[in-house]
Amino acid sequence: MNSDAFISNLFNSLSLGSILLLIALGLAITFGLMRVINMAHGEFIMAGAYVAYVTQNLFHRLPAQFFGWFLIVALPCAFLVTAVMGWLLEMTVIRRLYGRPLDTLLATWGVSIMLQQLARSIFGSMGVNVETPAWLDGHWQMGHLAVPYNRVFIMVVALVCLAGMYLFLYYSHTGRRIQAVMQNRDMAACLGISTRKIDALAFAVGSGLAGIAGCALTLLSSIDSNLGTKYIVDSFMVVVLGGVGRLIGTVAGAIGMGALNTGWEYETTASLGKVLTFVCVMLFLQWKPMGMFTTRTRALD
Amino acid sequence: MNDATVVGTPLVAAPERTQARTINKAQWIMGALLVLALLLAPFVLSDFRLSLLARFLCYAILALGLDLIWGYTGILSLGHGVYFGLGAYCMAMHLKLEATKGQMPDFMAWSGVDKMPWFWQPFRFAWFAIPAAIIVPTVLAAILGYCTFRSRIKGVFFSILSQALSIVVVTLFVGQQGYTGGTNGMTNYKTLFGYDLNSISTQHFFYWFTALALVGVYLLSRWLVAGRLGKILIAIRDGENRVRYTGYDPVMYKVFIYALSASLAGLAGILFVLQVGLITPTEMDIVHSIKMVLWVALGGRATLTGAVLGAVLVNAAENALSENYPAIWSFLMGGLFLVSVLFLPQGLMGWFNTLPATIRAKRAKKSEPRGWTSHASRNPGSQHDAAAARDTTDAAENPVY
Repeated sequence: MNSDAFISNLFNSLSLGSILLLIALGLAITFGLMRVINMAHGEFIMAGAYVAYVTQNLFHRLPAQFFGWFLIVALPCAFLVTAVMGWLLEMTVIRRLYGRPLDTLLATWGVSIMLQQLARSIFGSMGVNVETPAWLDGHWQMGHLAVPYNRVFIMVVALVCLAGMYLFLYYSHTGRRIQAVMQNRDMAACLGISTRKIDALAFAVGSGLAGIAGCALTLLSSIDSNLGTKYIVDSFMVVVLGGVGRLIGTVAGAIGMGALNTGWEYETTASLGKVLTFVCVMLFLQWKPMGMFTTRTRALD
Repeated sequence: MNDATVVGTPLVAAPERTQARTINKAQWIMGALLVLALLLAPFVLSDFRLSLLARFLCYAILALGLDLIWGYTGILSLGHGVYFGLGAYCMAMHLKLEATKGQMPDFMAWSGVDKMPWFWQPFRFAWFAIPAAIIVPTVLAAILGYCTFRSRIKGVFFSILSQALSIVVVTLFVGQQGYTGGTNGMTNYKTLFGYDLNSISTQHFFYWFTALALVGVYLLSRWLVAGRLGKILIAIRDGENRVRYTGYDPVMYKVFIYALSASLAGLAGILFVLQVGLITPTEMDIVHSIKMVLWVALGGRATLTGAVLGAVLVNAAENALSENYPAIWSFLMGGLFLVSVLFLPQGLMGWFNTLPATIRAKRAKKSEPRGWTSHASRNPGSQHDAAAARDTTDAAENPVY
């Protein structure tokens, strides 16, 4: 691998890593902290993407000079819409299934099938496109490496979300309550924290992040009802690889998966690269079954 | 019972009697009638319906395997389609080679492969291909199972890894078009052992063979779970660490049952390919694999009859609805997942088995005089009837977990 190829691979790794990070950040809360397997997370991503599409269509009615802003508006909208969806899901389904992780998995899979069909019924089964705003169209030329603006934008969004999550979870009042509940539910309840509200809130925030991820993904591909299924297993693998329970694990897992995938794809083909990536993750889990970063605990189960 | 619930580990002391030895007369008659009905089906159903039923029966064999690992041992595999597919592909490779008289199949030439790859060569022989169709999934499952269970990866983590397995294998099969036929899979088979696959009599024979295989697998599973092994499996499901501390090695038991389940999936795959005449990577993907779990969940996990029933019913419903009303079927299927988890955690069989106890509880409530009642009767159905209900289920020691 010469230096040009190395730099381009490095950039691609970081780019893919940032995409995976953005998708997995929400899971870091719902799966990593709450231990809820939400298979409908992928459909929340899809919902976020469709919010971007709808926002774009609405902005078409405004004067043309505002059009470039639609993506900026769509990001918080997507967060809100999917957060509400997540909140509803927690209130109606997941709340009844705490302590039954495998059942949660199946129930949310059912929800995901219904959401996919809903999307097909509303938007049709053909993929729809979101235009890239003019200010994201183009690339920087750095030597032999072309750095597209939209990839950089996704990295920036991922970093902003990561920083936001970090501040929220470790420094805000609510975030600390979330941590307290997840670490010792009974003790937190004794100290007067409403664990039910915290559960719902944490799940809503995690789902909202999926919406942001979906919004950002519209820059890369067209949207259809299968958008979520493409990413869902990858993002779960990121959290498993990184280790559940800590934000740093998710970051490491995302970068690791991104680098592995890009590296293997460069050496072999796209499909074989994916296979080898998963094999590597499996082997890694042989060595460290709990993932890269673990929260130490003396609990057995 | 109460103590166990409080600690959060619903480990219920297994009753001394085991289910296989206490099948009552009614169950025997029911079972015999069902088997008879299955065997007589070719004379009643049209060829089209019979082929559908045959397909459902293949799925039922797989569902039994899935029930053994999920319902009894608590291992939720979301990639079981892979083992089904591997079995089916092994059989399909042989059928394909028999159709081309040992020459290179056409799809290889289309994808620019000029020589038949080495691992295709032995599939010319049925004596190699048919055992391989069971051994390949079994060995793969044993290796993967040993690796994951040994590092104590369990619960949802195992489920996620099994999904990854499904993605890996499907990606591989789609990507390596020259060796596997890609997304189109393999079709156009002609004969097996010189018998025409498409003739009615061959199809009837395969149908009977499938039905008998299903009965055989059912009896085998029943024998397994009724014995000592079954108790250990259930114990692993309800409290793996307790089993470990009692001196058993859960890893070997889990690997064994997981591999056995994969071999059943392989067997189902063989029978599927012989009767459907087509295998594609879609049969192995995540969506299909998780659908298999729905069969077991809806029929009733940890009840063998439930697994069979679920596989046949869900597939019959899907077949009836999905062609004409795909949208309705999607909503219905999603809804079935929700209903079976939220309201019928024991599935249809569990609901059916607790029905007598529930009715008794309701009657007791009605016949009770209003006004001052004892504590126990103020909570009808909470303690005694729940216990009674549990006793009547197929697997008596089977709480909601």
